[in-house]
Amino acid sequence: MQISSLVLLLAFLTLLAYRFGRGRAVRLVGGPRGVRDLHSLPSYYGALAAVWCAVPSLVILLAWQGFSDRVLTHLTVQSMPASVPALPAAELGLITNDVRNVIRGSVPPASASPEIRAAAATYQSLESAARAGLAVLCTLAAVLGGFVLWRRIAPDLRARNEVERLVMWLLIGCASIAILTTIGIVLSVLYEALRFFGKVPVTDFLFGTHWSPQMALSADQVGSSGAFGAVPLFAGTLLIAIIAMLVAVPIGLFAAIYLAEYADRRFRAVAKPLLETLAGIPTVVYGFFAALTVGPALRDLGQMLGLAVSTESALAAGLVMGIMIIPFISSLADDMITAVPQAMRDGSSALGATRSETIRKVVLPAALPGIVGGVLLGVSRAIGETMIVVMAAGLSANLTANPLQAVTTVTVQIVTLLVGDQEFDSPKTLAAFALGLGLFLTTLLLNIIALKVVRRYREQYE
Amino acid sequence: MSFSNDTTLKLDSRPEVPRTVVANASGEMAAGEEIKTATVGQVTVANPVMSARTVNVHYGEKHAIKDVSIDVANNSVIAFIGPSGCGKSTFLRCLNRMNDTIENARVEGLITLDGNDIYDRRQDVVQLRARVGMVFQKPNPFPKSIYENVAYGPRIHGLVTSRADLDEIVQTSLRKAGLWEEVKDRLDGPGTGLSGGQQQRLCIARAIAVDPEVILMDEPCSALDPIATAKVEDLIDELRENYAIVIVTHNMQQAARVSQRTAYFHLGELIEVGPTDQIFTNPRHRLTEDYITGRFG
Amino acid sequence: MSRSASADEQRRARVAASLKRRYGAERRFRLYGQLAVLVGLGFVALLFVSIFSKGYSAFEQTYVRVDVNYDPEVLDPAGTRKPEDLADGDYGAIVKAALRATAPEVESRAELKQLYALASNSAPRALQARIAADPTLLGRRESVWVLASDHVDQIVKGYIRRDESEESRGVTDLQIKWIDALRAKGALERRFNRQFFSGGDSREPEQAGVAGAVVGSFFTLLVTLLLSFPIGVAAAVYLEEFAPKNRYTDFIEVNINNLAAVPSIVFGLLGLAVFVQFFGLPRSVPLVGGLVLTLMTLPTIIIASRAALKAVPPSIREAALGMGASRVQAIVHHVLPLAMPGMMTGGILGMARALGESAPLLLIGMVAFIVDVPRRLTDPSTVLPVQVYLWARSSERAFVERTSGAIIVLLVFLLVMNGLAVLLRSRFERRW
Repeated sequence: MQISSLVLLLAFLTLLAYRFGRGRAVRLVGGPRGVRDLHSLPSYYGALAAVWCAVPSLVILLAWQGFSDRVLTHLTVQSMPASVPALPAAELGLITNDVRNVIRGSVPPASASPEIRAAAATYQSLESAARAGLAVLCTLAAVLGGFVLWRRIAPDLRARNEVERLVMWLLIGCASIAILTTIGIVLSVLYEALRFFGKVPVTDFLFGTHWSPQMALSADQVGSSGAFGAVPLFAGTLLIAIIAMLVAVPIGLFAAIYLAEYADRRFRAVAKPLLETLAGIPTVVYGFFAALTVGPALRDLGQMLGLAVSTESALAAGLVMGIMIIPFISSLADDMITAVPQAMRDGSSALGATRSETIRKVVLPAALPGIVGGVLLGVSRAIGETMIVVMAAGLSANLTANPLQAVTTVTVQIVTLLVGDQEFDSPKTLAAFALGLGLFLTTLLLNIIALKVVRRYREQYE
Repeated sequence: MSFSNDTTLKLDSRPEVPRTVVANASGEMAAGEEIKTATVGQVTVANPVMSARTVNVHYGEKHAIKDVSIDVANNSVIAFIGPSGCGKSTFLRCLNRMNDTIENARVEGLITLDGNDIYDRRQDVVQLRARVGMVFQKPNPFPKSIYENVAYGPRIHGLVTSRADLDEIVQTSLRKAGLWEEVKDRLDGPGTGLSGGQQQRLCIARAIAVDPEVILMDEPCSALDPIATAKVEDLIDELRENYAIVIVTHNMQQAARVSQRTAYFHLGELIEVGPTDQIFTNPRHRLTEDYITGRFG
Repeated sequence: MSRSASADEQRRARVAASLKRRYGAERRFRLYGQLAVLVGLGFVALLFVSIFSKGYSAFEQTYVRVDVNYDPEVLDPAGTRKPEDLADGDYGAIVKAALRATAPEVESRAELKQLYALASNSAPRALQARIAADPTLLGRRESVWVLASDHVDQIVKGYIRRDESEESRGVTDLQIKWIDALRAKGALERRFNRQFFSGGDSREPEQAGVAGAVVGSFFTLLVTLLLSFPIGVAAAVYLEEFAPKNRYTDFIEVNINNLAAVPSIVFGLLGLAVFVQFFGLPRSVPLVGGLVLTLMTLPTIIIASRAALKAVPPSIREAALGMGASRVQAIVHHVLPLAMPGMMTGGILGMARALGESAPLLLIGMVAFIVDVPRRLTDPSTVLPVQVYLWARSSERAFVERTSGAIIVLLVFLLVMNGLAVLLRSRFERRW
């Protein structure tokens, strides 16, 4: 039986359970007129029956989806000639891959060896047997679950409360996904990073100034030939982030000041959303813009001035990243500036301050914590931004402070190390996770500080 | 309800009020200046610091102030009273052009400071506000230190050249505001850390640090407790020695306590002006009387 | 003690003396503000102009008209007329013959090679498709418009300048002569580029289209929407309406705010390690991409949904509770419907963000070169922004125009989604 038809069958059974549950509740109190004697509305009894019918079978189904392949593969391998299960994991992986290809039909069966074909046949017969079993099991669970609840239905069964309690657990589960995500990030990144640090010392990674992971080609070269000194990456990331902030902070801040304090309402209504479209443009577009327009333009400009500017330069990437961050800074600064009470401005202008004096000496100092928070969030963004640097900053790990040269960043290296086929135990792959760990921790720290600062600032004027 | 000359007469049933209001106002005029006004009582004074003549204010469609004429005298306190929304604060804000910041506000008529039109093109608003200071309803110290709050005005206007001068101005201003003894040990502490009454006196100190000629106070005690209010009222009385003070207040007892003249506003019109004791003991206009006796407001 | 007139006079003079400097500073400050706004808006304009000016021409493509002779001798030498035999015919020879007819004077092999290079190498397949659709064409002649090769297209569009050297422009002088001759005859023209909207990726620029990426994006977003919206709303309802104020909910709250600011690439690492590596889900498929983007957009949707719930005044809840409704009923019947437009706005904006996201998808392998348009959630595919990335990396010059074209398509989708959000907000916005 196909999984999809099984799901349909289960849906049908669930519907049936709803009808029966509801019907029984109504019948127990002698038809629709007696509904007042029920603890809850009849539909709650139906819903409860439906839940009891659907949930157990769905759990079984999901468990099957998650684990069947592993179990079946294991059984298949066990059924193969005795030498096979004893093979090392890597070779075993190749064999199971061949088997899988035959099953999927992506390799014509004729081209595979007889053993593989036999294994594929075994797998398929096991699978069809297991599927039949699954269908029976699911149906049984659905019917049984529905039946148990059906028996429990009585006028004083607190069906609504039970349904609501289930709903509550569902809601709690959904809310907890945020935590699970964080835990997932921490665990997965940390686990792989620790494996990396088992092969490459932490100090080499943190303080080494030479980065050339490409040299570590295979497992027997571990640690000896590949160089994993991440300092050039940190420096490159920092350089680009600094350039970006040098562009974004003055422009974003002054734009926010002008729009909040000087511009008339009509101009603001047009200019603010226009400026904020910059925030909605996908980063890959900025990357393209940086690589194709800004990079060559800077190179040509450099040639005119007699400077050697490489097409992929920190300046081009940083400049465009700065443009990307402008609306981020400007809308946060705008929020912060408008949050400063009008009374402050009145107090200042009543003393005879000009508008700019009021802004510089009263409004901005008052909004400063909020603005600093916004800038920190902007920095966290600049550090974590990927596409622009992947497309415009380059791959060479230069340790330089010269913005006209190509540099590479943490995110660029994560992408280059992980795109394409990878083995999960080479230090090259694992290095990406170590970089990811560093990236996550840095941005986490920045975010926590920034959010705290901003929150405290907001509370001050609420 | 509109208080043009005619309707005022119809509304006003008291026989001792003269039938023609214009004649009444001009009849009592000291300097022989002809003012067309519906206001009962003496609107003019000798040697006024500021005077307003037939001032009208519109907020978009709303006619907020109607034909108000009044003088502000030197070294005395004038109180603007009246029910909420009567326009007294609006009129106050015209006196140092604080309405400039409100987009659709339009001010017509003549307001002079020392005989110069303050709405004249050549009048600089920064200069004007250095001469006409203002204290607001809610204390609004800047989020800076106490010292910086007071030093702000002298600094921006370039009134001082040395740190010592500035220290002296800060000290005298705080002394005049009666705050020196309370804050002299924590001048570097934040102004927002003071109590409400202290904050308001800090704002007064901040205003007098630039030594203006007129101080406008917009319900300066409405956010304060009775003890703090008493202190600020004492302060206002002392300040009268050096400044002309215009105070808007909701609190009639306060007006009676601190002011020498009182003006009663009603729905954008200036109904009656007179010496404070006369207004409170013997109001001549029925609306004033109703308000004073608590029939509305 | 009274005021001294001379002191007043002196002070006024000082204020007046400061005015010039202060108003100068005021004007400068204001100018900085204006400049900043102008520069910002200038960047917006520059970005759009540079993309659109490079990209609009991708919607047109150069086609060549060839007079083909569906010679049965070549296409079906065995004479069976069976569809599978017809499909095996040598359509390349037919195209070559037709091209030779346009320039009969050409004889040398080298020149012939140049001549054949005028048409895209997809031309034989196009003819094959025509025969498959209508076998009666066999043995007849017809005029067919076939795709020109990308170099021809770039010359016609003017992206390759004629005054460049032969090597750098990739088009020979001879070819340019033929192109001009064909154009003069009306046998070479720019037509609407259907291939761009209906085709999958290709190594040949003239055959490359965005359909595969668009469908991949659609599937990915479908998964994201179906998961993130219900989960996000449920989480928001719990946190806003039911959650007790305790450490656990505080922790969830901090978590959500932080996750919203975590770099997207970190979600890619998570997806790679958990979904691909641990759960063994396939790489490069919209299902996994959707899961990753779900985790990424959830915080945004939760935050927006909570704001929408907060905007519903408590009086509505109290009214429902006062009627004897349970809290769940009060929320399901009254609060949720009122908050729904706000939540949907947040959802659409979250989807727009997910649509433009590429970094995490690179890590889970949605960056492969895939020609076929995906049909299922588990077919390998790519998405629109990643397609942009792939084309941008290509060295073929004609891909610049394609990339810009794909960006325009992406921006149009984003514009529609944002427009929808704005519309929804203005239609249903209520002030309480």
